[in-house]
Amino acid sequence: MPDSGINILFEGTNFLRLLGGLWVTVRISVVSVLLSILFGIIVGMIMTVRNPVTKALTRVYLDFVRIMPQLVLLFIVYFGVTTAFNVNLSGEVSAVIVFTFWGTAEMGDLVRGALLSVPKHQYESGEAIGLSGLQIYRYIIIPQTVRRLIPLAINLTTRMIKTTSLVTLIGVIEVLKVGQQIIETSRFTYPSASLWIYAIVFFLYFLVCYPISRLAKGLEKKWQN
Amino acid sequence: MDWLFLQKYTPMYIEAAGLTLRIAAIGILLSFAVGLVCSVVQQLKIPVLRQIVGGYIELSRNTPLLVQLFFLYFGFPRLGIMISSELCGIIGLAFLGGSYMAEAFRSGIDSIEQTQIESGLSIGLSKMQLIRYIVLPQAVSVSVPAFCANIIFLIKETSVFSAVALADLMYVAKDLIGLYYNTNEALLLLVIAYLVLLLPISVVSTIIERRLRHARFGN
Repeated sequence: MPDSGINILFEGTNFLRLLGGLWVTVRISVVSVLLSILFGIIVGMIMTVRNPVTKALTRVYLDFVRIMPQLVLLFIVYFGVTTAFNVNLSGEVSAVIVFTFWGTAEMGDLVRGALLSVPKHQYESGEAIGLSGLQIYRYIIIPQTVRRLIPLAINLTTRMIKTTSLVTLIGVIEVLKVGQQIIETSRFTYPSASLWIYAIVFFLYFLVCYPISRLAKGLEKKWQN
Repeated sequence: MDWLFLQKYTPMYIEAAGLTLRIAAIGILLSFAVGLVCSVVQQLKIPVLRQIVGGYIELSRNTPLLVQLFFLYFGFPRLGIMISSELCGIIGLAFLGGSYMAEAFRSGIDSIEQTQIESGLSIGLSKMQLIRYIVLPQAVSVSVPAFCANIIFLIKETSVFSAVALADLMYVAKDLIGLYYNTNEALLLLVIAYLVLLLPISVVSTIIERRLRHARFGN
């Protein structure tokens, strides 16, 4: 009976468990986003350097990350790196490593784009009034860059939250896995559980990502000029 | 590195890559269609449909493909609708890709100057004619870089299909790791397979992008 299936939510602590799973998802993405922003700024600045070697290296890095599905990267770290170097990484740590590796490249490219979008005369005017290289960045370039960057960085955050759904495939107990566990335990009491639980997981993701992407859109519009 | 292993199982990867490509191709074509319909509805501001399309775009952009697939594959049978894993992959890809394609179309349409539309109206074109002869040709050429990015994105997303029992590249790799513990070789072949699939598309899209940059108006 599909119409009684919704009750599964109120059975025991099911809903709380789902929220707990969601928290794991959010935690992984928040940690990865923060690390990606940190490393991404550095990588982005390196990308703007006019040096053929760094240019080629960052280009290969970015293209590799863009081409490889995140799930493949997760497998490489979780199964490949661990056996190759004989270390033991938990699924969550592997996920943070992969998402940071991926996010750093994407963030780096965003930082590069934002830095290059500042017109050249801004740098030159800075030099003309006698600012040092560091001062130019501190007072002229960074304030302008940040405004362009923040909406894009927020967008990257929603992408990361969505991608964390993959970590269930390397054995991390997050919202999707908790959902599966609930479905399994109520196989007989609630035959329609899978419909309801997956619908709820679907909306939980939506509830987390939608406000964030709205925020990004709002900021983008506000700071357009 | 076990070369014999590589030799023996490469055909399996080729077969799986074929499946991945086939489903991706159908899914991407469908998502183009969905995206086009959505952007036309939004551009013509058709009352009720417009809200539905808006809701769909937000839903599909703010949820992960894996969850969409699970809902389709494990949830829908409870409503009495059985969906094969292949069909499930195609529907999922079209559902996800449709909104991304719609956004790509929209960005192209938004890039068209108001004067173009006004000129069209002033020579007496109807709304449909305006879209057909003035908006679409220009919008498509501006949207192409976004399309290319979306195509790569959607092919990458197919990697989660293994979770709904579709024997794609990921599935083969997981299988081989589980069967023979040749983790390094299985993963190496996996990486190579995705590189072979996506690198050409990435290179071609970079070339197209560079060409279009010169073709754009006002530059």
